[in-house]
Amino acid sequence: MAAGNYLPTAELTASGRPVLYPGEIESSLLSSVDLLSEENPNFPHLKSGLLILTNHRLLWLPNSTPVSSPTPVHIPLSAVSHIFSLKKSIKSVFSTPRIRFQVSVTSEGRVDEKGLRSIVIALVLRGKSDPEAFLGKFWEALKVRAWEEIKVGASGAEAGSSSGSRSGEGSLALRMPVVGVAGILRKEQEMWESTDKSLQDAFQDLNALMSKAKEMVMLAEKMRLKLLAGSNNQATGAAEDELGTKEEMQDWLLSVGIASPVTKESAGALYHQQLSRQLADFVRIPLERAGGTINLIDVYCLFNRARGTELISPDDLLQACSLWEKFDVPVMLRKFDSGVMVIQNKAHSDDEVFARIRSLVTKPDALQSGVSASDAAMTLGVAPAMAKEYLLTAEGKGLLCRDISPDGFRFYINLFQDINSDDVYLVRDYSIYAAWISTNSISR
Amino acid sequence: MQKLGEFKLPHFFNYPPYFTLQPVRDTREKQVQLWKELIIEYCRAQKVFIIGLEEDFPLFSNRAIERSLSHEARVAFLSALVSDGRAEWTDKGHKKCLILWHRIQEWADLIVHFVKENGLEDNVTTVEEIRSGTESRGTELYGIDRSVLMRALKLLEHKGKLVIFKGASTDDEGVKFSL
Repeated sequence: MAAGNYLPTAELTASGRPVLYPGEIESSLLSSVDLLSEENPNFPHLKSGLLILTNHRLLWLPNSTPVSSPTPVHIPLSAVSHIFSLKKSIKSVFSTPRIRFQVSVTSEGRVDEKGLRSIVIALVLRGKSDPEAFLGKFWEALKVRAWEEIKVGASGAEAGSSSGSRSGEGSLALRMPVVGVAGILRKEQEMWESTDKSLQDAFQDLNALMSKAKEMVMLAEKMRLKLLAGSNNQATGAAEDELGTKEEMQDWLLSVGIASPVTKESAGALYHQQLSRQLADFVRIPLERAGGTINLIDVYCLFNRARGTELISPDDLLQACSLWEKFDVPVMLRKFDSGVMVIQNKAHSDDEVFARIRSLVTKPDALQSGVSASDAAMTLGVAPAMAKEYLLTAEGKGLLCRDISPDGFRFYINLFQDINSDDVYLVRDYSIYAAWISTNSISR
Repeated sequence: MQKLGEFKLPHFFNYPPYFTLQPVRDTREKQVQLWKELIIEYCRAQKVFIIGLEEDFPLFSNRAIERSLSHEARVAFLSALVSDGRAEWTDKGHKKCLILWHRIQEWADLIVHFVKENGLEDNVTTVEEIRSGTESRGTELYGIDRSVLMRALKLLEHKGKLVIFKGASTDDEGVKFSL
């Protein structure tokens, strides 16, 4: 499918996240969306992808990554000339919602803001979605024309992210929104001042919702508990009907805006999938700096600091990491016996670390006085807490023994296996035991 | 190699991890085994019968490497000996441990051997003489713990090999052998 002839390609990161322009902020994500042109059959019919609305563009990403899947594409908002309102009719209640908008195209049919002709593109929202809400955001993004502001920061949409307009704020390597209180206030003021009928309607709906909010929260909580109780009772042979209802309830909760509580069984709410990919991208540089292993707590702090305002909870982080198993990302979550959790490169090998530990503890100094976590940290190039985890793991494998004294917590090479219990005075030549003895007798 | 008194210590006595109770199962098993043997051999060589956990037992510390066994470790190793039947706790609080580098049966056999060696089959002797008399000098019986000796004698009495009776003085018993 020569989608490239009609639609510009969207660049992706190694983890499948879109590469955003400076000042570009996502405002809405929809799954299972088709993109097509009803009037031109030659226009690519892109099926069931992920639609991302930002303040600069509309991006369409294919759902999975087999080699034959279509390339990710985008439509710059600058090329959109008109958005049609939703047709409300008896028919539309039962059919899949469609959002139609007009874009400028060149004479060859390629989407381009400078194009002189135009076609109508339709988005078919096959997944669970709120078309009205999406339309509202689409309108908003088009109105604000954020792509025309140069480098001075962009306005945020209702997705909850805000940015400052002061260029002196400095940008983070991630192109995350910069926080500026004055900027936020100014934007809010502008929003209130420029009233548009659809915006007024949206706010009226919001007010109505707020008054129902308490009821909604209580209801959602009851649903959640019911779902959890249902999942606990679920043995391996759960009834088909029950499963169906459960999925429906999950979807319903998701559409109300509350994340699915049955996290292990659901495919992973869309939010967590995107977060998961974003995290995989983010963590690469800190991981390199930390020598290949980084404590999860450190990642939590770094990631939230970089995000600025859209802070994630520890639970979100954990979920995001556990989703990595499902994607093809180069990092993984690992839990040590002690309970400490770290993020590691997938390419990382424990055996290699143990080999380095072994050569460290058989050096003359180490034979005499052992190694501490700090000593190992320097050799392995990781944080002392990480080094300690590796030492403990090596101990568990029988490579090392511990020595606890007022001098501290140190590790020695395990000599016990070299000692013959039938003859405790026996020392085999060229054994580590022999080496240890000779090192120790020199000093004593 | 280091010595404790006349006892020759093995090299691993200077290995610091030897004095820290190891958590890893296989390593711990080996460590316990080595300590059990060391304790038995030391007690046999130095004729130590009772180890007091709260006292300074020389084997449990190594000044040269500045390490000594924690209370938990001492209890662990002695309990292992108790499970093997090579030691017994003398009190409920587990503060003192009787080390049986010879089991009671083995002591009984040694007594029988001693009696035969010295032609005491039809004689009468006292308990005290068995443990500190001239004949017993140089034998393993010399300096044996009194309670251990009594138990061995009672074992033999049960088998009909001897009779214990109250002697002339109030605190020493007599033994008549009938092997």
